[in-house]
Amino acid sequence: MTMLPRPFRVTRTTRDTQDTHTLDLVALDGEPLAFASGQFTMLDAFGVGEVPISISGDPGRPEVLRHTIRDVGSVSRALATAAPGAVLGVRGPFGTGWEVGAGRGGDVVFVAGGIGLAPLRPAVLEVVRAREDYDRVVLLYGARTPEDILFGDDLRSWAEDHDIDVEVIVDNGPHAWRGSVGLVTQLIDRAEFDATRTLALICGPEVMMRHSAAALGDRGVPRARVRLSMERNMKCGVGLCGHCQLREYFLCLDGPVLSYDALEPLMARAEL
Amino acid sequence: MQTIEQYLPTHPFFAGLDDEALALVTGCAVNAHVRTGAYLFREGEPADTFYVVRSGRVAIRMRLPTDAVVVDTARDGDVVGWSWLVPPYRWTFDAVATEDTSFVSIDGACLRGKCEADPALGYALLQRVVRIMSTRLHSARVRLLDLYGTRS
Repeated sequence: MTMLPRPFRVTRTTRDTQDTHTLDLVALDGEPLAFASGQFTMLDAFGVGEVPISISGDPGRPEVLRHTIRDVGSVSRALATAAPGAVLGVRGPFGTGWEVGAGRGGDVVFVAGGIGLAPLRPAVLEVVRAREDYDRVVLLYGARTPEDILFGDDLRSWAEDHDIDVEVIVDNGPHAWRGSVGLVTQLIDRAEFDATRTLALICGPEVMMRHSAAALGDRGVPRARVRLSMERNMKCGVGLCGHCQLREYFLCLDGPVLSYDALEPLMARAEL
Repeated sequence: MQTIEQYLPTHPFFAGLDDEALALVTGCAVNAHVRTGAYLFREGEPADTFYVVRSGRVAIRMRLPTDAVVVDTARDGDVVGWSWLVPPYRWTFDAVATEDTSFVSIDGACLRGKCEADPALGYALLQRVVRIMSTRLHSARVRLLDLYGTRS
């Protein structure tokens, strides 16, 4: 069954930024797709192709499958621009989750870069739902420009209603921009959290994750408590085809979420 | 509000400087405050001041023909400007307060004079300025990769 796409109907679409759209999907057979935050599905635009897309929805509402998709190629364009009523194929969910519950009783630091906020959103929603189980919660988000900031309403709500320290930084801003400009690692340096009891979850471009993990390490967060969501060329989703192999790991099966103590030696090697 | 003597040792830039060195720096410093929208300096003007941000936010802007782009920002705990240390002592960017901003304003010529008279102080300050320059160079290089763009 994991190789056979299930048909889902697009029920709602939202344009988040110039090139990024969020789709809500509901299974035609009515069976909700239970998932763990951090997992992905193989999303199929019939007749065009299939790509891995992280789930950006609420794990507490599995009846709606939400994906946030950036238009970067023919398949992602077909998916991102699918209209309400369109039917897409879904395989999965696949892979490991964030397991943000491991941060209960301590601080949680989310570090997102670009579209990387989308795979972290389900984990943030888990924390929001059980906010009292966590101490300080920090979300650091780097985007290209102010126009590229995702989930602006969520960011405001998490900060104002759920006591999450939200800091946004952009690579460059127009002259009217009043927020921070620079690298997301600069936010790590000045964020307030207790490193010895912090769980850190990072998602974004690999270079950004590498530098962010190092910055968290400099602050004293144990490498085993830093988790990254890796991206490779996922195809089968079940560890058979080997397209997503990262030395001993099949990232569709053993990942995409792995701890930094496992990934650090692999990320340092250019040929992997 | 803390006096400059009380505040400077708590600022990350001056961490580790001994009392004698801090006293030399303090001798060149005054407190200042600007409102939102005020320019600390403009590109091309003589660079005669070193700004130690106490609160607020400063945008470092590059002027374009018909607009401007913010290429960096500085907040409490940051410093603004190293052109006071490097000939020809002219600002290469604009700096604008994007919030009401308080800072310690240090006379660049005064500080240069003290650094030349006291090489140990000069080396200690240079180490700190180079660290800031290195951080900002790294930031600029990584952003040059356009990691959040369509290529990555």
